[in-house]
Amino acid sequence: MEPEAAKLIGAGLASIALIGAGVGIGIIFGNFLQGALRNPSAADGQFARALLGFALCEATGLFGLVMAFIILFAF
Amino acid sequence: MHSPLEQFEIHRLIHLNLGGFDASFTNSSLFMLIVSVLVTIMLTAPMRRAGLVPSRWQSVAEMLYEFVASMLSDNAGKGSARYFPFVFTLFMFILGCNLMGLVPFTFTVTSHIIVTFAFAAIINIGVTVIGIAKHGPRWFKLFVPSGVPIPLLVILVPIEIISYLTRPMSLSVRLFANMMAGHTILKVFGGFAVMLGLFGVLPWLFIIAFTALEFLVAVLQAYVFAILTCIYLNDALHVNH
Repeated sequence: MEPEAAKLIGAGLASIALIGAGVGIGIIFGNFLQGALRNPSAADGQFARALLGFALCEATGLFGLVMAFIILFAF
Repeated sequence: MHSPLEQFEIHRLIHLNLGGFDASFTNSSLFMLIVSVLVTIMLTAPMRRAGLVPSRWQSVAEMLYEFVASMLSDNAGKGSARYFPFVFTLFMFILGCNLMGLVPFTFTVTSHIIVTFAFAAIINIGVTVIGIAKHGPRWFKLFVPSGVPIPLLVILVPIEIISYLTRPMSLSVRLFANMMAGHTILKVFGGFAVMLGLFGVLPWLFIIAFTALEFLVAVLQAYVFAILTCIYLNDALHVNH
């Protein structure tokens, strides 16, 4: 198999990691909304923590994307 | 056909060779300089005629100061106030660089792994040195969680050490990947908008919406970088795992 073709397939496979990011972000904000609907007055105080959780979850998905870019452009 | 990754290329503006070491003034250096000057002006100019009832820009500077100060004291506890200048400078510089990248025709300084890795490496080395200087050999208790039976410790301590050593990697790659991926997506959809002619309106609308998201990501990533620095500082100052 040519290296070019292998790179493209590898990059495609590495991007599957973003499924985890999507699921994780959905879980974080879903739970936040669930809690916020039960206790709306406490929601604003915790929103900063929800955003922190979102950024940390997005990071793991983007690690996979960085692997895809490395496979595609650095080899 | 231009590649969407061309925007990350480094161009030397002033060639400088210090004994075989390439120390040229590049477009990256130019934008770091612009961001530093702008942030300094934005924070110091309104405070010249500071009043008890703040003007608009003074309000902005005071809100940013209070935001970082409360974040540091909440997360790093006692004895952390002496590190406030560092954390504040870090937060303002990363925020400035991230936001400057959203202006058209600029260069995003933080979209290079070497820049973000330099930040994360300095923070990690600094936090380690602070921890060892403050606690001495007791600092190594950071890797030994309390209340764990001995057989489990044999596996747990190497895992804790490895996870400590990968903290600068995750800190730097988080910021780098967010910035690079965001700008690459904008460039790719920009290419679509030009290629499609009349139907280019649809990618154009997506670019507008995505730029709004990029503003949120820019601010959020600066906040996450700063708050994780405060948390790592807490681990160094108060070793009670």
